[in-house]
Amino acid sequence: MTEAKPGWRELPFGAVPYKPSLEYHTGDWGVERPDFDLEKCTRCTLCHFYCPEGAIGFDAGYPEVDLRFCKGCGICANECPVEAIRMVRKG
Amino acid sequence: MSAAITLKEAVKWPDLLASGHRLCAGCAEPIIARLVLKVRRGATMATTATGCLEVATTIFPYSAWRIPWIHTAFENAAATASGIEAAWRAMRRRGRGPLAKYEILDVIAFAGDGGTYDIGLQALSGALERGHDFTYVLVDNEAYMNTGIQRSGGTPYCAWTTTSPAGTVIPGKREWKKPIDEIVIAHEIPYVATVSPAYPLDVMRKARSAFEVEGPAFLHALAPCCRGWRFPPSKTIEVAKLAVETCFFPLWECRVEDGRPLYKLSPPSLAIAKRPERKKPVEEYLRVQGRFRHLFRPKRREDLIDNIQRWVDRRWGMLLEKAGL
Ligand SMILES: Cc1ncc(C[n+]2csc(CCOP(=O)(O)OP(=O)(O)O)c2C)c(N)n1
Ligand code: SF4
Ligand code: SF4
Ligand code: SF4
Ligand SMILES: [Mg+2]
Repeated sequence: MTEAKPGWRELPFGAVPYKPSLEYHTGDWGVERPDFDLEKCTRCTLCHFYCPEGAIGFDAGYPEVDLRFCKGCGICANECPVEAIRMVRKG
Repeated sequence: MSAAITLKEAVKWPDLLASGHRLCAGCAEPIIARLVLKVRRGATMATTATGCLEVATTIFPYSAWRIPWIHTAFENAAATASGIEAAWRAMRRRGRGPLAKYEILDVIAFAGDGGTYDIGLQALSGALERGHDFTYVLVDNEAYMNTGIQRSGGTPYCAWTTTSPAGTVIPGKREWKKPIDEIVIAHEIPYVATVSPAYPLDVMRKARSAFEVEGPAFLHALAPCCRGWRFPPSKTIEVAKLAVETCFFPLWECRVEDGRPLYKLSPPSLAIAKRPERKKPVEEYLRVQGRFRHLFRPKRREDLIDNIQRWVDRRWGMLLEKAGL
């Protein structure tokens, strides 16, 4: 006699990630953060696209870093075409 | 239309891969994923083969994906994407089910080089042959990074990895990088392109083209990995640019029209084709990466550097011919 096995409808849910990663802050990963010289900045937006964390926003029309997420990689400072970004110590 | 995308406009579009993921500082993978996702047309679903991008964006209980996302095993991203597309079509046909209301659905499969050149190749080939309408994004960091830098079919000649260690016996990987784009193009799919995170507008325009064509589209993204390639995290974009400027990784797109592949070079590579004196020696690309250090120290290996330069020149020449240049 074979026992009836549960069908897929009866199986319990597996592990479903249910929290947005925005609740997990990665800002303490690095020791440096970008410092913007808004006089020099041409608003080219490149730093927004290059940031691996999506931590550089342009909502205000100029670059602003969200320090809750910036990992201090330094890509933005390395790539800014007019050298408007300098890496400085966090905190 | 794709031609209308500008940085000024795209900066306002939401990021569908959220902050708070745990990829390394300086990783190229989220840069590529953000750019591709920015230009989706509406309803979008993604699946990711196991690898850095998947593991670090979905650490329980968190997810960085702001679109419906499905976990996939290492070997079958293309099969899962096929299933999503087929389910959507079935729901449309029947007029019921959660996806029935979407007139367009952008289905994206992200997979690493291990998950594409090696273990995922048959799933990819099958999906391309069946002609599913989806976009496959190969995130090529040229080794199995998530498990500790093992060599793959996508690892270049002479690169150090933990399973192709450079020493007195071998000078890093002994085989050449597998020509995956040609393998994909041989399936006669409508759209194939190479992209680099160093050229964001080019990535977004090509991703939009990939979404727009009917049938399978393939984007091959070079994803410099500071951890496995051994360079400082701040240099990721610099390294990605050098790959293009040396023609190690040229940028182009290929559309099949009337059954024939039509190659077109993209602006950064077209500029080099027009002014060949701008083509940098491959050495400039190699020497900034620790995985090629043994080509320069303790002793300069002219023979190996020459081999690599000849490989680059031959493949660049073949590409120019294919592009009718
Ligand atoms: C069948 C199977 N074999 C091995 C693994 C372990 N594994 C997980 S990720 C990975 C490497 C992924 O390499 P790649 O596709 O290049 O992605 P990357 O991590 O480099 O972005 C391996 C071997 C697995 N998950 N499944
Ligand atoms: S890259 Fe430099 S110039 Fe461009 S927006 Fe950012 S800070 Fe300004
Ligand atoms: S340092 Fe890196 S993570 Fe921080 S804002 Fe610049 S690019 Fe983003
Ligand atoms: S190992 Fe490489 S690809 Fe993986 S998260 Fe780190 S930098 Fe990115
Ligand atoms: Mg890889």
